[in-house]
Amino acid sequence: MTEILGVPVAVLSGQLMLGIINGSFYALLSLGLAVIFGLLKIINFAHGAMYMLGAMCTVLMFDVFGINYWVALFLAPVVVGCFGIVLEYFLLRRIAGQDHIYSLLLTFGIALILQGLLTNIYGVSGLRYSMPEMFRGGMNLGFMFLPYYRAWVIVAALLVCFGTWFMIEKTRLGSYLRAGTEDSQLMQGFGINVPLLISLTYGFGVMLAAFAGALAAPIYSVSPVMGSNILIVVFAVVVIGGMGSIAGAVITGLMMGVVEGFTKVFYPEGSAAVIFLVMVVVLLIRPSGLFGKEA
Amino acid sequence: MATTTTQTDIQQSIVKQQKAEQRKKLILNLVLLALLLLAPAVFYPVFLMKILCFALFAVALNLLLGYTGLLSFGHAAFLAAGSYTTGYLLSSFPGLTTEMGIVVGTVASLVLGLGFGLVAIRRQGIYFAMITLALAQLVYFFFVQAPFTGGEDGMHGVPRGYLLGMVDLNDNTAMYYFVLAVFLAGYLLVQRIVGSPFGQVLKAIKQNEPRAVSLGYNVDRYKLMAFVLSAGLAGLAGSVKTVVFQLASLNDAHWHMSGEVILMTLLGGTGTLLGPVVGAGFVVTLEYQLSQGPLGDWVDPILGAIFVLTVLAFRSGIVGEIQNFMRKNLS
Repeated sequence: MTEILGVPVAVLSGQLMLGIINGSFYALLSLGLAVIFGLLKIINFAHGAMYMLGAMCTVLMFDVFGINYWVALFLAPVVVGCFGIVLEYFLLRRIAGQDHIYSLLLTFGIALILQGLLTNIYGVSGLRYSMPEMFRGGMNLGFMFLPYYRAWVIVAALLVCFGTWFMIEKTRLGSYLRAGTEDSQLMQGFGINVPLLISLTYGFGVMLAAFAGALAAPIYSVSPVMGSNILIVVFAVVVIGGMGSIAGAVITGLMMGVVEGFTKVFYPEGSAAVIFLVMVVVLLIRPSGLFGKEA
Repeated sequence: MATTTTQTDIQQSIVKQQKAEQRKKLILNLVLLALLLLAPAVFYPVFLMKILCFALFAVALNLLLGYTGLLSFGHAAFLAAGSYTTGYLLSSFPGLTTEMGIVVGTVASLVLGLGFGLVAIRRQGIYFAMITLALAQLVYFFFVQAPFTGGEDGMHGVPRGYLLGMVDLNDNTAMYYFVLAVFLAGYLLVQRIVGSPFGQVLKAIKQNEPRAVSLGYNVDRYKLMAFVLSAGLAGLAGSVKTVVFQLASLNDAHWHMSGEVILMTLLGGTGTLLGPVVGAGFVVTLEYQLSQGPLGDWVDPILGAIFVLTVLAFRSGIVGEIQNFMRKNLS
């Protein structure tokens, strides 16, 4: 068997694969954070909780109503997105003019409530979601084995990321959003319903997180605490990439997943920490982040 | 001539008012001190010590959040650094006196704070919060894997030892007065810092950073100083906590702890001296009461709800709101 740097190719490409999958989730989550940050100028600390809600919804929809995977993949993000809009309308909107620290703390409180409530109901051990029939198995690429579902995760995540980029950069709704990022008061003066746009933006960002959760349900263990650890990693990813651009968020997310995957091969003990170390290095060399515009 | 007399009159009355206010504050502080001295006669000393440790922790955070305007979401790292260092030293070197263990634990946190600070102050606002959170997570992973921390189990049976080699700290009453002394020293230090010219610059940075820069202050250096001081005090709280409970655990390093201390500070009142102490007392008591009753599993959602309510309804916190009320109605 061929080896690279003393590691079998199959192991290396397998970890690369896992890295790209983790990276897809980082990309989806940091994309949602960036979209919300763009217009609302807040960091959504409840983002991990929304990811968790997306996954829990997918599982419960199947267990309670027998809703199949494809419908849940669409329905769970919509349900959680609507929930996000409700949160924005009743809570976040009330502190819109205040210091951004407060919105961060408010969303942190919301995350604590959601995580705590669901932990009490379902426990921390996690729920099981069986893999949809058509995704069982995989194909042999010659140098590695590729499970179908993992391939699907990458394709779906990239499609959604591209769709989001296209919507924001190339459509009229996206141009409103970008204009709102620049100067929302002026936009309101032009007769655009900015508060509605803000609600929808928050809902959309949350939807992205919930979509990531629904996508994760068959491969990761679904539990109320699944969101909090990944969120901190995504924060580091966001700091590394900077929130300057949509494409930047996606590229950084994928890149960090790959970096993490390779670390698992060469120095397993450091795999949990490597993204944070990259963050420190980036901050020391280029404080505004790889794609960041602001100082 | 007439105008100058009125001016001096006004100045005199302002001075008089300030003096009266200072006297009021002094009386309030003395009453509180008397209460703290007598408290162990009524309450269980270990419970009181827990409150004092967290109060010191929250006071440390407040120096940063309330007076410099920096939200650190990683203060658990400093609590844990102090906690683990002291725990390790006291367990491994039986000859070491307790206060030496605490001093070294505090120094360890100071050094860690310097490292955090140098990285984190490169960004502002919410980025600062995210960076400190990520760095603290790095520290958490370190404590999970480091060989001396006991991993998931933590460090048990840390000996309390003898203060200065003389006073037996296994006696809860002696321990209480030691913790109280440490807490008061930390509290008075923060009071002194806040009132000093240095503290005034910190407040200026909080109110308007660009203006502080344009006035010629090296803002980054002031922020770093505040950060390191805050980290050291948080470490001191962690060190003392380890001695009290004879335990250092991963809970101290978890992001949950960082959130909890922010809640204490916010709930009590950021930017007030007494606020974090009141907040810590409230949260610790609440958690204790809940854990005794049928709502033991509901601590997290309840804390979350308090977070949401505080941010939405009374951002000045308990002490801040009382001060506002007194200012409006009593003067």
